[in-house]
Amino acid sequence: MGPLSASIVRTVILHDQTVDEHEFEARTGWAIKPQGACKAEACVPLPAESRLDNGRIAAAVLSERLGMPLVADEAHGIWALGPETAVTGKALTSAVAPDLVLPDADGNPFKLSSLHGKKVLLVAWASW
Amino acid sequence: MWQELRTRWYPLGLEVVTVALDVEASDARPFIEQAHAEHPSLIDEAHVTDELFGFVNVPNGVWIDEEGMIVRPSEPAHPGNNPFTESFRTIDLSTLPPDVADILREARKIKSDPDVYVTMVDDWIAHGRESRYALMPDEVIRRSEPRTSAEATAAAEFELGQYLHRDGDHAAAIPHWREAHRLYPDNWTYKRQAWNFEDPMRQGHTDAYAGSWYEDIRRIGAENYYPEIIP
Repeated sequence: MGPLSASIVRTVILHDQTVDEHEFEARTGWAIKPQGACKAEACVPLPAESRLDNGRIAAAVLSERLGMPLVADEAHGIWALGPETAVTGKALTSAVAPDLVLPDADGNPFKLSSLHGKKVLLVAWASW
Repeated sequence: MWQELRTRWYPLGLEVVTVALDVEASDARPFIEQAHAEHPSLIDEAHVTDELFGFVNVPNGVWIDEEGMIVRPSEPAHPGNNPFTESFRTIDLSTLPPDVADILREARKIKSDPDVYVTMVDDWIAHGRESRYALMPDEVIRRSEPRTSAEATAAAEFELGQYLHRDGDHAAAIPHWREAHRLYPDNWTYKRQAWNFEDPMRQGHTDAYAGSWYEDIRRIGAENYYPEIIP
């Protein structure tokens, strides 16, 4: 990961201890390929037994291999696979802005990338 | 608060995008409607922008240039003086309940120059990449928030909690949010969001959490609540 590829790191909520490879790629940028989990130049090998049926991958293996914390709520049978930590030790692994998509107040999705060509000041506030 | 600046900045090529870090979108909506904002006003119920951009408090801001490159990472982003901050400074504390007066007394010690951030944005609009405030990619990454196992685990715990809360089981969210606070004490969005559900008036001490706004700010010192902006 150089500074020219975007960070896409966000927590994935799981209802069992497996993750769909396409959802995983969309959320994290790591594509599941024959040679392993790959992003930009990097490929991290995955053991054969972590590749389950229907394109699902064992979350514990992804957690260990990619440095993504896996936390559980046992009572509700829900897990969360957190953002990766291995690349820079920083919130930003790249200076390319991630393609944020969030709803506006009416619930319509807004893509940050739709403002390409303009300067953008992204500011956080809260009601609390 | 940002709309006024947006009116000035938009014709010069800058768009403001506000993100409400509110687990309950309905808490943010009245403020958005009242602002009559012409800029995109987004709602981030899961605080994903904490993860993606390193927001840890409000107001925090990030600059993104015309090519989609972040040129300043998350930092305190005050929109200049406004009636809200003004009333904060001028209200007579003797008219308030003592615990509220204590909170405001601490709040008044918070160091923030309301105009410096706006001046920096003005400079960036005028000079683009040549602005002394526009940083190179390596520096942007270097200055961004830490992301060790502790902060990453806190993000996962916070999101697990907000999922359970939004699924209708608020009590189940509390242990996860408490853990997020323990792991990432510098992230005030995780703390203030959670305290606010238990005590919206004061974000005071309750059985649910180890800290409160008043206790935590006393512990770190109000002058450290917002890190100083490094030009």
